[in-house]
Amino acid sequence: MCLAIPMRLIEMDGWKGTAELDGVRRDVSLALFPEVQVGDYLLVHAGYAIGKVDEEEARITLQLLREVAEHSEGGLEP
Amino acid sequence: MKGLDKILLAHGGGGKLTAQLVREAFLPLLDSPVLAQLSDSAVLPELPPGRPALTTDAFVVEPPVFPGGDLGYLSVCGTVNDLAVSGARPLWLTFALILEEGLDGALLQTFIEGAARAAKEAGVSIVAGDTKVVPKGKGDRAFAITAGLGVVPRGVDLGDLNIRAGDRLLVSGPIAEHGTTVVACRHGMAGSGLRSDCQPLGSLVQALLDSGVALRAMHDPTRGGVATTCNEVALKCGLRCVLQEDSVPVGKEVAAVCDLLGLDPLYVACEGRLLAWVAPEDAERALQAVKSHPMGANAALIGRMEEASPGSAPVVLSTRFGSQRPLDYLSGSDVPRIC
Amino acid sequence: MSPEERFDRSAFADPKAVFGFAERIAERAAGLERPVTFMEVCGTHTNAIAAAGLRRLLPENVRLIAGPGCPVCVTPVGYVDRASALALRPRTTVCTFGDMLRVPSSSGSLERVRAEGGDVRVVYSPRDAVEIARQNPSHTVVFLGVGFETTVPTVAAAIDEAERTGVPNFTVFSGHKVMPPPLRALASDPEVKVDGLLCPGHVSVVAGANAFAFLPEEFGLPCVVVGFMPTDVMRGVEELLRQVVEKDPSVANLYARVVTAEGNLTAQAMVAKYFVSEDQVWRGFGVIPGSGLGVRTEFGHRDAGRIEVAVCDPEEPEGCRCGEVLRGSINPPECPLFARECTHERPVGACMVSSEGTCAAWYRHERLRLGVSG
Repeated sequence: MCLAIPMRLIEMDGWKGTAELDGVRRDVSLALFPEVQVGDYLLVHAGYAIGKVDEEEARITLQLLREVAEHSEGGLEP
Repeated sequence: MKGLDKILLAHGGGGKLTAQLVREAFLPLLDSPVLAQLSDSAVLPELPPGRPALTTDAFVVEPPVFPGGDLGYLSVCGTVNDLAVSGARPLWLTFALILEEGLDGALLQTFIEGAARAAKEAGVSIVAGDTKVVPKGKGDRAFAITAGLGVVPRGVDLGDLNIRAGDRLLVSGPIAEHGTTVVACRHGMAGSGLRSDCQPLGSLVQALLDSGVALRAMHDPTRGGVATTCNEVALKCGLRCVLQEDSVPVGKEVAAVCDLLGLDPLYVACEGRLLAWVAPEDAERALQAVKSHPMGANAALIGRMEEASPGSAPVVLSTRFGSQRPLDYLSGSDVPRIC
Repeated sequence: MSPEERFDRSAFADPKAVFGFAERIAERAAGLERPVTFMEVCGTHTNAIAAAGLRRLLPENVRLIAGPGCPVCVTPVGYVDRASALALRPRTTVCTFGDMLRVPSSSGSLERVRAEGGDVRVVYSPRDAVEIARQNPSHTVVFLGVGFETTVPTVAAAIDEAERTGVPNFTVFSGHKVMPPPLRALASDPEVKVDGLLCPGHVSVVAGANAFAFLPEEFGLPCVVVGFMPTDVMRGVEELLRQVVEKDPSVANLYARVVTAEGNLTAQAMVAKYFVSEDQVWRGFGVIPGSGLGVRTEFGHRDAGRIEVAVCDPEEPEGCRCGEVLRGSINPPECPLFARECTHERPVGACMVSSEGTCAAWYRHERLRLGVSG
C-alpha cells in the first residue's frame, strides 16, 4: 500500500493544490503537508501530498547511482 | 436538429417523433443515399469480388465524449478496424443506438456527427440504423451497436494460424492511449497530451498490404490492451510470444497516469493501433511501410514468436533487467489501486 | 543537474546501476559465514522486486522473502463479510480502493456483491468518497479504511474534511493497521529466521525511519528504509549485507529523498485526532495487540463499525496457507493450493487477490522460473 508518486506542485490555494507529472495534472490535497510552495516536488498518495522530495538528497542518490553504473562491468546474461 | 432539447420515450416509439428524429437528426448528418431510402433493409449493390467479411460490436464508454472522440466516432472506428485487420476492405455499416430517456439532444448530435466523421474518414457508408429509447435509469445515456460488412480481396488470407516461430510483431504507435484517456477523465486528471488514439485504420492496413511483405495476421488491441490480444493470438497459434519491454512505445503522459493509478499500460485499451505479425525477413520493411503512413509514425517492432515450452507462460515480457515475466490474461477488471 | 533530471524517475531504474549493485552484492555475499534471508516487508516491494525480476540478480546465499506488509492480504474474511453486508443495506453506499474489490469473503467478494445489487463504488482517494457523501445526503457512505501508516492519514484527513465542511453521512469502516507490532511479533518469533528487513519506504515517510529503530536496538536486526525503484531495492540489499557482515545493525535510511527520521508530524497528528490504537485480527496471525486503529469514540458518528448489520461467523478457506506465507514461513509454491485451486482468476486466499499479495506477485511474475503450469 505504498503506491505514491512524486508530482510537481504547480498551483496552490490553501489546502487545495494542483500537481503535475509529465504533463498530467491532478488536484491534490495539501492537508497533510501544508508547508510547501509552488515548484516543490511532492509525494502523492491517494490524492494527498504526504511528503516532499528533498532535491539535495535526490541529487546525492542519483550521483551514487551514476558512480555505481560507471563501475559496473555490464549486464548479466538472462 | 431544431428544437431537440431532450430525448423522450416517444422518440423511440416508431411514430411521428421517431420519424422526425430520423429525418432531422440522423439523415442530414449521415449523408447516405441508401440510408435515406429508409427501407426496412438496405439493399446494397453487388459485392466486389472476394470473400465477404462481417463483424458486429457493441459500444459503451464513460465519459461518452472524451479528448479524441465520442461514442459515435468510436463505434464506427471500432467496426471498421475489425474488418480492416481481417484483411477486408470495409464497405457498409449499420449503426443502432439505445438511448436513455432524458438524454441531451446536443449529446446525441455529437454522437451522430462523430459517426459521420468516422465514416467519411474511413470511406464507408452507414446504410442502416435504428433507435430505441429506454426509460430514465434503464440505460447509461447511450449504447451503440453496429455491424460492418466488407470484402476480403482474392489473394489476401490472414489469420493467426499463419503465424510461425520466428515471426516478428509490430505495433503501429504508442499504446494504451484510449483507455488511459477515458480513465483519466473519470478520475479528474487532465493533460494536453492525453488523447484517445481512436481512428479508422483502413488506409494504414492498405499500406501494409500494398508493401508486399509476408503478413501473417493483424489485430487491433482494444479492451484488455496489447497483452490480452497477444494472449489470444498465442493461444490460437500455439506459440509463445515474447515482448521486449524497452521496445514498446508508451507516451509520457500515458505512463504518468498509469503510474498514478497503478495500471499497466500493456493491459489498457487502444482504439486506433495495429498489431501485425510478419515474417522475420520482412520485419524491417513492414516497419518502414507502417512508419511512412501518417498513422504509423511511431510504429515499433516489439516482439517475436517462439516455440511454446511446457510449463511456460504463452506471453512473456523481457524486462530491461534481463528477466522475463509472464503477461497473463487479465483477470477481472483492472481497477485503479493504491497498493 | 536540472530539477527535471533530479526528479526523472527512470534514472532510479537504470539497468547499469542495478547490475552494478548486483556486483557489489555478490562481492559482499562472498564474505558471508552462512546464507542469509532478508524480508521485504511491504507488498509494494514484493511486486516491484518480482516485476523487475531482481531475485535472479542475487547470489545463491542471499534470499528474499515477503512479509506481512500487504494490507489487503491481512484483512480478515470477517471484515469483507461486514463490508458486503453494509453494501447490501438500504440507502448505504460502500466506497473502496480498487484493491479490495476482489478480496474473497465467506461467500463471494465486493465485486460479486455489486453484481447482486449492492452499492459498491471504487474510488482513487478517500476525498472522492466524501464528495459522494456530499452529493448523496440521503445515503450513508461507508469508506472501507484499509491500509497502513501511508494511507491512514488520508482517511483521517477525509474525516476532518467531512467534519469541517458539514458532511454528516460520511463514515469509515476501519480495518487500518500499523506495522511495528507485527514486526515485533516476527522478530520475537523463534520460528521465523530473518537476518534483515527491507522496511516500507512510504510508511516511513509518514511514520519516520525512527519507527523501526526498535528492531536493531531490541533485536539486533539489520534494517534499511528503501524506496520502490529497482536501484533502491538493490542498494538496500547491499546495505543489509554490510550490516550483517560487519555486525552493525541499524536502521539505514536509504530513501532520504522523502523519508526523515521523525516522519510527517502533520499526518501523525491528523491520525491521532481521529483514530486510537486497538487490538486487531490479522489474517494468518490472529489478534495482534495494539496493531490496529479504530475511530475514536468521540467521533463515533464517523464509525461505520457501529452500524448494525447481520453477518455470520467468517469461514477461512480450506487448505489455505496464507497465514504462513504472510509470516514469511513459506513461499507461495509451498502452499498446496498455489496455482492449482488458488489462481488469480479464482483466488482462495487474499494473498492471491491483491495485485501485490505475495502469491499474486509470484503467480504473475515468477511462474516461469518455477515451471508451474496453469
